[in-house]
Amino acid sequence: MISDKDVEHVARLARLALTESERARMREQLSAILQYIDKLKAIDVEGVEPTSHAVPLVNVMRDDEPGPCLPQSDALANAPDRAGEFFRVPRIIED
Amino acid sequence: MVKPGLADAATMNYEVVIGLEVHAQLLTRSKMFCGCPTTFGAAPNTQTCPVCLGMPGVLPVINRRAIEFGVKTALAFGCRVNAACRFARKHYYYPDMPKNFQISQYEEPLAEEGWLDIDVAGRMKRIGIQRLHLEEDVGKLVHEGTLETAQASLVDYNRAGVPLMETVSKPEIGSPEEAAIYLKAFRAVLVYLGVCDGDMEKGSLRCDANISLRERGAKELGTKVEIKNLNSFRNVQHALEFEVRRQARALDAGEPIVQETRLWDADHGSTRSMRSKEFAHDYRYFPEPDLVPLELEQSFIAEARAGLPELPRAQRQRFVSQYGLPPYDADVLTQSRALAEYFEAAVRAFPNAKVVSNWVMSELLRVLPGDDETAIRETRITPSRLAGLLKLVDDGTISGKIAKDVFEKMLRSGDDAASIVEREGLTQVADTGALERIVDEVLAANPKPVDDFKKGKDAAKGALVGLVMKATQGKANPGLVNRILEQKLSKR
Amino acid sequence: MRVSSSGYRASLKTEAKTEPTRLTIHELVDAYRAGDTTPTAATEAYLARIAAHDEKIGAFLTVTRDEALSEARVSDERYRKGMPRGPLDGVPVALKDVFCTRRVRTTCGSKILSTFVPPYDATVVTRLRDAGAVVLGKTNMDEFAMGSSTEHSAFKPTHNPWDLARVPGGSSGGSAAAVAGDLAAAALGTDTGGSVRQPAAFCGVVGLKPTYGRVSRYGLIAFASSLDQVGPFTRDVQDCALVLEAIAGRDTNDSTSVDEPVPHYAAALTGNVRGLKIGVPKEYFTPGMDTDVERSVRDAIGVLEKLGATTQEISLPMTDYGIAVYYIIAPAEASSNLARYDGVKYGLRTPGARDLIDMMSRTRAAGFGAEVKRRIMLGTYALSAGYYDAYYGRAQKVRTLVRRDFERAFARVDVIVAPTTPGVSFKHGEKEDPIAMYLNDVFTVGGNLAGLPAVSVRCGFSAAGLPVGLQVIGRAFDESRVLRVAHAYEQATSWLDRRPQLR
Repeated sequence: MISDKDVEHVARLARLALTESERARMREQLSAILQYIDKLKAIDVEGVEPTSHAVPLVNVMRDDEPGPCLPQSDALANAPDRAGEFFRVPRIIED
Repeated sequence: MVKPGLADAATMNYEVVIGLEVHAQLLTRSKMFCGCPTTFGAAPNTQTCPVCLGMPGVLPVINRRAIEFGVKTALAFGCRVNAACRFARKHYYYPDMPKNFQISQYEEPLAEEGWLDIDVAGRMKRIGIQRLHLEEDVGKLVHEGTLETAQASLVDYNRAGVPLMETVSKPEIGSPEEAAIYLKAFRAVLVYLGVCDGDMEKGSLRCDANISLRERGAKELGTKVEIKNLNSFRNVQHALEFEVRRQARALDAGEPIVQETRLWDADHGSTRSMRSKEFAHDYRYFPEPDLVPLELEQSFIAEARAGLPELPRAQRQRFVSQYGLPPYDADVLTQSRALAEYFEAAVRAFPNAKVVSNWVMSELLRVLPGDDETAIRETRITPSRLAGLLKLVDDGTISGKIAKDVFEKMLRSGDDAASIVEREGLTQVADTGALERIVDEVLAANPKPVDDFKKGKDAAKGALVGLVMKATQGKANPGLVNRILEQKLSKR
Repeated sequence: MRVSSSGYRASLKTEAKTEPTRLTIHELVDAYRAGDTTPTAATEAYLARIAAHDEKIGAFLTVTRDEALSEARVSDERYRKGMPRGPLDGVPVALKDVFCTRRVRTTCGSKILSTFVPPYDATVVTRLRDAGAVVLGKTNMDEFAMGSSTEHSAFKPTHNPWDLARVPGGSSGGSAAAVAGDLAAAALGTDTGGSVRQPAAFCGVVGLKPTYGRVSRYGLIAFASSLDQVGPFTRDVQDCALVLEAIAGRDTNDSTSVDEPVPHYAAALTGNVRGLKIGVPKEYFTPGMDTDVERSVRDAIGVLEKLGATTQEISLPMTDYGIAVYYIIAPAEASSNLARYDGVKYGLRTPGARDLIDMMSRTRAAGFGAEVKRRIMLGTYALSAGYYDAYYGRAQKVRTLVRRDFERAFARVDVIVAPTTPGVSFKHGEKEDPIAMYLNDVFTVGGNLAGLPAVSVRCGFSAAGLPVGLQVIGRAFDESRVLRVAHAYEQATSWLDRRPQLR
C-alpha cells in the first residue's frame, strides 16, 4: 500500500535516518495501519465541517505588553553545542 | 560579469512580469506569540523565552496589536479583510526555526485583493495585491565563514517570533524600475501607518521578487525565477535588470529558464543560483491546533479604518492641489507623516506654502533627516517658530540672508527668532534716510565702480550693493538698497 | 456490601501515625490538621516506600528527594501556624515526566530528552505547588505519551503493582502505578487517547480526563495538541475532585484553555443519583470482550440503578471508527509537535555528523524509539502533499461525526456509563502488534475526539485478581455530575478495601 519510495520520501521529510531493515519493517507496519485506517473511506462526509478545535473558542489574544525574558544562561543552558552567546550547529548544505 | 547598461535589443522582444513579496516586521512592543520585547540590537539570545525558543511544552498566544496593524495595513491597501481567519503551521527544518514549523497563515489569510497605485513616468498604474497575512519571524543565522565554506553556523533567536506581515503583489509589475517604485510607495504606506519602520538595512523590511519573461503578446506566463537578498531599492532594481538581461539572452539562445531561486550578489552585480531544489517544499500546512480561530468583530475593523491617517499618495496630491506646490516639493514634504504635519502646521501659522516649503526643504532638511519622525517632532525649530522667523522676513525686519543665520541660532539656542534678532541687534536697516546717507558715502568713496556702471558694466552695481551691505554689516534691506542706488546712480 | 469509606477508616488515627502512605488525600490532610502526622513524616514515609518498592515497580524516573523534604518542612510550618493553604497542602504527589518542571530533568520517557532540564514549570505544576503539594518526583511513561502499556519508555518498563508480570497500562503507567502502589498520594498524568483512564482501570485507581480546555496544557510536552488533557490519578473520587479543583481554570498562556468557572468539585459529591438518566452504549459491549469486564461493568450499572438512576441503551455508531480517526489525527499532530527535537537547542545531539541534515536525521533516529518513529512517519504521510484531504482532512470530518454521536446521546441521557477498556491488564510483551495495542483505546478515544470529561473508577476484579475499570462520560464541563456518579458508585461498594500485595 505504501511503497519503498514513499517510505524514503516521508523519512526525508521527517528527518529520520532509517536503516534498511527499519525501512522494510516500517513499510510493512505502515501499510497495515493505513489499511486499517481505510475503513474511513466508507463514511459519507459530504457537507461535514472538520473539527480542528475541540473547543468553540474564538479571538483569544493578549495585549502587546513586553514581559520578562529568560536570562541568556537559561536560554543556552541545554544547548548541545554553543559558541559564546550563540547556539552552534554543523554546517548547512542546501538540500 | 554583465555590466549594467542600456536595455539590450534582445530584451525589447519580451514582456517582463514581476511580482514582489514583501516581509515587514511590525512595530509591536512584544513578539507575535509571546511577551518577549522586539527591540533591535540586543545581545544574542537575551530576548527569548521558552515559547519563542520552541522549548518542549510551550504554547503560542496571539498579540492583538499585530492583528490591528495587519488589519490597518490591509485597509490602507483596499484589501478585503477576512474577518474569519486562522493561523496554520508551515513545516520545514532549518536551525533558525525553533519549532521546525513556522506559525503562519495559509488558506485563510488576514486579507486579500487589494492594490497600490504608483506613479510611473507621470502616469498612474495600479498594482494588485494578492494577499496579506501574518506570521512569526525566524532567528538569525551567522555562518562561520561563508555559507559555502563554513564548518558551523551560529544561531541567535532574539528575532525569532517577531511579528511579520507578508504581502504578495499580483504579477503586474512591468519593469525593474516599476518594482523599485512599487517598493518605495509600499514602504511609505507602512511607515505612514506606523506599523513598520521600513528599515531595509536592518532587515525590518525585506523583499523577494518573482520574475518571468514572455514574448510580447503571449498569453501564458514564462517560467518564473525567485530572486532573494534584495536589501535596498537600488538592489531590487539592479537585480531585476540583471535578471531581465539574463533571461532574455537565454530565451534568445533557445535555452529553457530553470525554475529556481537565485541570490543577488551586489558585489558582483549578478544573480547566482542557490542549489536548485529537486522537490518543491512540502510544507504540510494544517490549521494551528494551539490557537483558536479569529472572528474579527465589525467594530474592530471599523475602528482600524477610522484610525487610518491620510496616506502618502493622497497627501501628495492634496499638497499639489491645495497648496499649489510643485510635485517635487510635495514628494519631499510627504516623505514622512511627521514632516508633512510639520509643513502643514507651519503653513497654518504662516500662510505662504511655497515659502514654507522652500525653507523646510533647504534649511530644515539640512539639519534633520526627513524620515526621522522623532527628530522632526522634537526639533527646537517648531513649526510655529519657523513661522515666526518667516514673518520677520516677510515684514522686512530682517533680510533673507540674516534669517538663515537666525535659523542656525534658533537651532543652537532654542530661542525664538524675535528674541534672537532683538538680542543681537539684527534688525534690518530700513530707515530710508539712514540708508541714503550710507549709499551717498559709498558712492563718494568708490568712484571707479560708479564710473564702470555708467560705462555700461551692470555688474558694478552689484559690487556697490555689496559695499553698502558691508557698511551696514549685512543688515540693510537689499531691496531698498537696490532702489536707492538705482535712483542715485541715475542722477549721476 | 455497602460500607462507607469512613467506616472502613475506623483506625485512621493509628494509620496516620504508622502508615500515612495508606491514607487518601482528604484523610491525610485531616490528619495534618489534627496533628496526627506531618507533611514531613508523610513525605519521608513515601520516600521510604519508594526506596523499598520502586525497584520492582519502576514507577519513578526521577525522585526529587531533597526538594520534596524541603517543601514538606515549609508545609509543616504552615500547619504549625494554623495557616495551611488548602486541601492539598503538604500532600506528596508524583508528576508524569511529560510535565516541564523547573530545574528538574524532564525526559518525556525519551532518550532525545534524557538530559533536558526545563527553565520553567508547567502551569499545572505551579498550581499544585501554590496549593502546597510536595513533589516526590517524575514518573515513567510511554515515550512522548505514545503507547498503552508503558513498555515504550526509553528507560525501563513499569510493572503493575497488582501483578508485577503485567503492565500498568499507558502512557501514564508510572503515575497510575505510583498511586496504586502507595508510592504517592496522587499523581498527574495526561490523556490523549485514554492514557489516564486506561492505566487507571488497569491499576484500579481513579483516573479522570477533564473536558478539553478545562486544564491548562502549558508546559505539558505536546503529543497531539487537539486531544491532550491533563488528568489526576487518585485513590478515591473525593481526592480526584480536590486535585481537579486545584489545577483547573483558564490560563492566559494556553489559548485553548476555557474561561469556565471552577466549581468546588468536592461539594458535588452528594451521593445522590436519584432520577439521573444513564446511557449504556451498545457498541461498548462487543462480542468476545473479556467476560470479567462485562460482568463487573453490568453489575456496576445495576448498583447505580439501585441507587435510583435510570438506565437506557444508547447507540454511538461511530465507535468502530474512533481508532482509525484517532490514529490519523494524533500521529499527524504529533509529527508536527515532535519536529522540534533535532539536536539544535536542547536534548540529544548525535556527534560526528557530516552536516546539519545528517545531524538532525541521525539524532532523531537515535533519540526516538520505534513506536514514536512509526507515528511520526504515519503522521507526516497523512499531512503530506496529496494525502492531506484523504487522511487528515477526512479524519477531522469523521471526528465531527463522532462528536455528533455524543451530542445526540446527551440529548437523551445525563451521563454515559461503560467499560473503560475491553480487557484487563496484560502481560509484558503480550501485545507486540501495533494495531492490537491501539485497540486498547477503543472505549477511550471517543472522549478525546469529542473533548468530553470522563473518569475511570474501580468496579471489580478479574478472576486473576486484576482490577476492572468503570467509565463515566459526561457533557462538556460537567465534571461535577461525572464525579458525583462515580463517587456515589464508589461509596455504595467496597472495592477499595482490596490493596495490591507488594512484597
